Amino acid sequence: MQVMYDSLLSDKVRNIPPSGIRKYFDLMENMDNVISLSVGEPDFKTPWHIRDAGIYSLEKGFTKYTSNAGLSDLRREISVYLERRFNLSYDWQKEVLVTVGGSEAIDIAIRVLLNPGEEVIIPQPSFVCYAPLVSLAGGEPVIVETKVENMFRITAEELRNAITPKTKLLILPYPNNPTGAIMERTHLEEIAEVLAGTGITVLSDEIYAELTYGTKHVSIANIEGMKERSIVINGFSKSYSMTGWRMGYAVGPEPIIKQMTKIHQYAIMCAPTTSQYAAIEALRNGDCDIERMQNEYNQRRRLITDGFRRLGLDCFEAKGAFYVFPSIRSTGLTSDEFCERLLLSQKVAAIPGNAFGDSGEGFIRCCYAASVEDIVEALRRIEKFLADL
Amino acid sequence: MTSLLKLLERNCRVSNAQLATMLGLSEEEVDEKIKELEKNNTVLGYRAIVDWEQVKEEVVTALIEVKVTPQRDLGFERVAERIYQYEEVESLYLMSGGFDLSVTITGKSMKEVALFVATKLAPIEGVSGTATHFVLKKYKDHGVMFNIEEEQQERAYLL
Repeated sequence: MQVMYDSLLSDKVRNIPPSGIRKYFDLMENMDNVISLSVGEPDFKTPWHIRDAGIYSLEKGFTKYTSNAGLSDLRREISVYLERRFNLSYDWQKEVLVTVGGSEAIDIAIRVLLNPGEEVIIPQPSFVCYAPLVSLAGGEPVIVETKVENMFRITAEELRNAITPKTKLLILPYPNNPTGAIMERTHLEEIAEVLAGTGITVLSDEIYAELTYGTKHVSIANIEGMKERSIVINGFSKSYSMTGWRMGYAVGPEPIIKQMTKIHQYAIMCAPTTSQYAAIEALRNGDCDIERMQNEYNQRRRLITDGFRRLGLDCFEAKGAFYVFPSIRSTGLTSDEFCERLLLSQKVAAIPGNAFGDSGEGFIRCCYAASVEDIVEALRRIEKFLADL
Repeated sequence: MTSLLKLLERNCRVSNAQLATMLGLSEEEVDEKIKELEKNNTVLGYRAIVDWEQVKEEVVTALIEVKVTPQRDLGFERVAERIYQYEEVESLYLMSGGFDLSVTITGKSMKEVALFVATKLAPIEGVSGTATHFVLKKYKDHGVMFNIEEEQQERAYLL
């Protein structure tokens, strides 16, 4: 008997569109000598002392579940780290939850806050998970299209216009993937002013907090009156090059973290034990690794930004994360056409900007967490591609 | 200055224009700085890191511990001078610990290196003893790993 799986599956799930970039990865798999500026992942290996701490924990036989919220030593170190690096103070016992990557933290934060039909404001272009997770939680994504002329920041006016009586949550994805935009203190203060007197909570995805160039990251929780109504997401993937370890965390008001811990306990139990031990080492002795990688990314950022500008493409100066977001409008191609033709003819993989929201159309995302040699060669190939158009 | 030196140390073949972009300086500034570093002997030379294993030619490297009786007024300087003038000597360091000078020598064969130690190094006045250690395999040199590491195969389709 034929099973009609469509009728078995949840409508909510079926209605989530599949990833628009899969075709690039499929194409790439059958090609040799591709230079990829597509993957949003550091090209550094996890520093050895951190890997070693993970291995040592295995040697000692630390292979059991940890407490649900994460090892107390780890939560303590997270709290010390946030104070040291960002001037944020959180009680490790009540306000810190260790999660499986920042992604899990985003998911459960959205789930603990939303009732059916409530609205979530999502600035785009941004990381692709927010809208689907909001939909799964029964909420309504409300997209704010940020603009290159505002350096891809969400402005107070755009925010004000998006707020309705049903607005429950604002997602603040800065430093931003894919644009490299950041929000500085003054911009955050303007946002805080709009939010004052509303019941809107902020979910601030600060996974790239350690990767800012020329200016230090400021968290929304640093702004007066905002810590009480903000959940801050951070993690180890980007700052310590630990993507595969799947380690993130959320910090925020105790009543929210408590509910998040409840979902986390049922869905995940606890973050991987080995990764937690490695993470403790990262926080205790990894500041110099952050400095080193940040410095290298900065050099590559200058190289690639300058490279695109030399090729005649507008490229706004990214101040955070490890992406540049050059405009390809002058070529007359759509982002999708540009990326597909670039990949097929010159074997350089970039991601079309519209994969991150409609407002990304006309741009491409290039990740510069690639070797200097690859960046130079990619620029050379893109030059050839543009000349052949 | 330090970041420029670090970049050069890693890859000295990068053009000055590229170095300038990476450091947020003008090309003229980089040209000038490099000239200055060369002139004041901060940058003494530029060289490739070669894995001679990849070439058919055999190269033998040895680390030699040398014990020295220091000389009045001159300490180790004079003995050191007499050692580092030899072309075969690749590096020479004054060390703390159980011996005094550490000499790195390359030659075509173990015999050639051994002969050098026996006929040139050991007889130098002031050298009271040597111990020769042959390098069997280089894993890492000048911060570069010699075996090409395997890349992780399966990766997420992620943005």
